[in-house]
Amino acid sequence: MKIKVNIVTPDGPVMETEADMVIAVTETGELGVLPGHIAMVAPLDIGALRLKNGTDTDHVAVNGGFLEVRPDVVTVLAQSAELASHIDVARAELARKKAEVALQQQTNKVEAQMAELSLRRAINRIKVSGM
Amino acid sequence: MASLREVEQRIKSTKNTRQITKAMQMVSASKLSRAEANAKQFVPYMDKIEEVVGSIASATQGSSHPMLVSRPVKKTGYLIVTSDRGLVGGYNSHVLRKAKRAIEQRHASKDEISLFIIGSKGTDFFKRLGFTVEESLIGVSDHPSFEEVKDIANKAVGMFTEGNYDELYLYYNHFVSAISNEPTERKLLPLTDLDSSGVSSSYEFEPSAEVILESLLPQYAESLIYGAVLDGKASEHASSMTAMKTATDNATDLIDDLTLVFNRARQAAITQEITEIVAGVAALE
Repeated sequence: MKIKVNIVTPDGPVMETEADMVIAVTETGELGVLPGHIAMVAPLDIGALRLKNGTDTDHVAVNGGFLEVRPDVVTVLAQSAELASHIDVARAELARKKAEVALQQQTNKVEAQMAELSLRRAINRIKVSGM
Repeated sequence: MASLREVEQRIKSTKNTRQITKAMQMVSASKLSRAEANAKQFVPYMDKIEEVVGSIASATQGSSHPMLVSRPVKKTGYLIVTSDRGLVGGYNSHVLRKAKRAIEQRHASKDEISLFIIGSKGTDFFKRLGFTVEESLIGVSDHPSFEEVKDIANKAVGMFTEGNYDELYLYYNHFVSAISNEPTERKLLPLTDLDSSGVSSSYEFEPSAEVILESLLPQYAESLIYGAVLDGKASEHASSMTAMKTATDNATDLIDDLTLVFNRARQAAITQEITEIVAGVAALE
């Protein structure tokens, strides 16, 4: 038995597929979802979403948002999401460097936080693309 | 009466203008169809997030989350969506007039409001009236991604949460059809009109409903802002298309009239020439 997976972002649906198991990074830790899971909502952290199919694993870089689980379908509502194969590593590296510089220069607390977030997003994308 | 050459010049320049407006009309038409497609792509995300927000809100009746509670209004935030360029008919003036009227009615002093404006037309308009614009976003692309709008949306929602103002209104042109749009006001925050009817499933919350509201509600509000920007863009392209179509039609009418004038003048000149020749011949006989 498989569970359906939908990943939607404000810029449109990213993927619609099926998986044996979905593993997500939520704000309270990693969470694995198998078919038949109880209906649930959990906030996602910046991290990799893993979709297991047999021995294959697909990786998706997810930036915040939510995981909505129903017994037969998992919906990911993320602000942005990218398949590992679609990630532009050069651009992610660039974003990382920019964020690092910004982080060092910021004295303002809010802006430092924003720089840190974009740094984490960039690192996550680089990591996922290498998986 | 204008000379033949003058009329000819005018016809030529009007034809050039018509060519440009016609090209702009077609560009806007193709942008409109893409903007509509973008707005459609956004629908599944919005539907889903609305569903989840509705079900969580109904599960946590009486929540004290700051974004759900109305507090006494001391200061109000306004987020207004306009365009960067003109040639879009009444697109900007309609929404700006509506916003300005509401602001004048509700507030006695300019200190009671915070303005967030997307588009240079709106920014210039309010600066000219002597308002301080808290944040403005200029240069939004024709088909904006969420990334572009995120910062201003984030700031507008964040300042509400921090208590800088107690209400946030959204003004934009709602796309009705290719030939009409209407300036729309929407009260964005606090979220008092959450629709929890028609909620089919109840959820377990991990770790708790309160924690989820904490990150879900800002995301929901930002999505509403992004939705308004998409809607506004579709209206902008539609208005631009309509305005350019009107301009093209006007140019065509003008060319028709001028061609008539030109032909009359040409005929008059010919008639006069013949008359002169005939008169000359008659004088010789």
